Amino acid sequence: MKTTKEISLGDIAARSEELRGENMTLNMGPSHPATHGVLRLSLELDGDKVIKCDPVIGYLHRGDEKIAENMTYNQFVPYTDRLDYLAPLANNVAYAIAVERLAGLKMPERCEAIRVACCEMARISSHLLGLGVYAMDTGAWTVFMYTFNEREKLYTLFEELTGARFTTSYTRIGGLTRDLPEGWLQRVETFCDGVLKTIDEVDRLLTRNGIFLERTEGVAPISKELALAYGLTGPNLRASGVPFDLRKDKPYSGYEKYEFDIPVGTKGDCFDRYLVRMEEVRQSVRILRQVIKTMPGGAWYAEDAKKIFLPPKAKVMTKMEELIQNFMLVTEGPQIPAGEVYFEAENPKGSLGFYIVSNGGGVPYRLRIRGPSFVSLSILPAIVPGNFLTDIASILGSLDFVMGECDR
Amino acid sequence: MDVAALTQKFPRTQSQKSIDMPTFAVANDELAEIVQYLRDSQGFDLLADLCGIDWPDRSPRFGVVIHLLSTTNKEYIRLHAACDNDAVPSVSSIHPGANWHEREAYDMFGIKFTGHPDPRRILMWESYPYHPLRKEFPLAGIEVPLPAADVAAVTGQNVEPAPMMGGPFVSHGGHMSGGEPQALDQSWNEEKPKA
Repeated sequence: MKTTKEISLGDIAARSEELRGENMTLNMGPSHPATHGVLRLSLELDGDKVIKCDPVIGYLHRGDEKIAENMTYNQFVPYTDRLDYLAPLANNVAYAIAVERLAGLKMPERCEAIRVACCEMARISSHLLGLGVYAMDTGAWTVFMYTFNEREKLYTLFEELTGARFTTSYTRIGGLTRDLPEGWLQRVETFCDGVLKTIDEVDRLLTRNGIFLERTEGVAPISKELALAYGLTGPNLRASGVPFDLRKDKPYSGYEKYEFDIPVGTKGDCFDRYLVRMEEVRQSVRILRQVIKTMPGGAWYAEDAKKIFLPPKAKVMTKMEELIQNFMLVTEGPQIPAGEVYFEAENPKGSLGFYIVSNGGGVPYRLRIRGPSFVSLSILPAIVPGNFLTDIASILGSLDFVMGECDR
Repeated sequence: MDVAALTQKFPRTQSQKSIDMPTFAVANDELAEIVQYLRDSQGFDLLADLCGIDWPDRSPRFGVVIHLLSTTNKEYIRLHAACDNDAVPSVSSIHPGANWHEREAYDMFGIKFTGHPDPRRILMWESYPYHPLRKEFPLAGIEVPLPAADVAAVTGQNVEPAPMMGGPFVSHGGHMSGGEPQALDQSWNEEKPKA
């Protein structure tokens, strides 16, 4: 006679409840390769499933906004390098335009074109890093070497243009530090050819790579509504299907003169964010080529900028007027009219905003920096729970944030 | 942006002069309602920025500035709200993205956001006693006890000096050449006998 013991579903549920145990709290970071800087995630885990994610930021807080209130507008330019330190040129431009709008300065065409070139090169540089590191986060080491090779060439160009590889401080309020070096545009053109080849190679290595697809496709999708609700900007917003790009929709620095497309995702998952960045590099190259072709001649600083720029050193030593001007600018800073301005620029990571309140004089009364990375990270508690612990590296990499800008 | 519609619906709202975008001073208690109305009826679907501002000689002292963006109409709007009793209604139920911005405004200025789901500090640690972006707070910082007692026990110091040494604001005399600001810790310097 057979004896079978029937097990009811209720028993199984009770037993698995018994086995469940308690949740585990895990601190990921502040120093962890996947957090790309000093970010700490306070995670609550059930097995290896994340049920709660609380990002802890502030490890890189330097008080940039406080510092800005205590120095002149010109002195703050180097600090903007250290916001998104992967695209310092773009930060420089955003800050300069914000102050120029407040001061009511109009830039000559050549200055605007050079700034566009700077912004797009910064975008390529930032995305090359973003893509390379993202591939590394998901287990593909080679791509990183390919993209960093190109990035190195870019840094050589930056060095030639600005004198620094990393902390460029290239723009000045009312212009630039210097004009383009001779033959530089041709070298950028050569770089453009090379970077497209590399991007195609990365495309072949990653886009149909089974392991990469497994790690990214369908992981942490951000819906259009969620992206807007959390105020995401830049590639992260566009990957969710919102075709909004400040370069097209609120053109600044002459972006309306150039032809380019805005890549937009459909699902908003990690894979879409990767694809959007890949295409943005190609579009940036397209813009760069147009800039090179149409680079206007003329002045590279505004005529009115003489009230802001330090006069040429030779004249300071020999002419009274310039000496006084130099003295006033160094001690009191450029005189910016009272008022308030909010300017956002389309940076590689998203919209970098500067809100400046001036009471007149050479020092801002309040300078608020709206960092896109800060906003991108604020969505983590909404998208990370429900994913596995290993997916976190994939999610963080796809958001492409930088802590220098998040913590300011 | 239909400016008239906003001032008609909320008569206490005042339009202000501005060089870059429509700017309004809104009544403190109407702030959340207005942000909701702008999102639902005027298409301002993205909260670009929310920040605090300190006016020590004004009453009320603190203000909150909100920048909203319409991704469909491609325009911005700016709202100023004064903080009666240092408090202002939270808008994070309307724009969840405001959550962190409001935490930062609380952290930096001590502005309270009524109805905020998670009113913690964000950049400074929880037991930090000051609000650093207030105008009276000194640039060089104020020494405060370390947050963790066990760290203090190991280091033998109760305070952690603000990391300003070697920064652009602190220079100190002595043997160092050229008046260059330098780090206080000279253990790497050969002039110091090696232990």
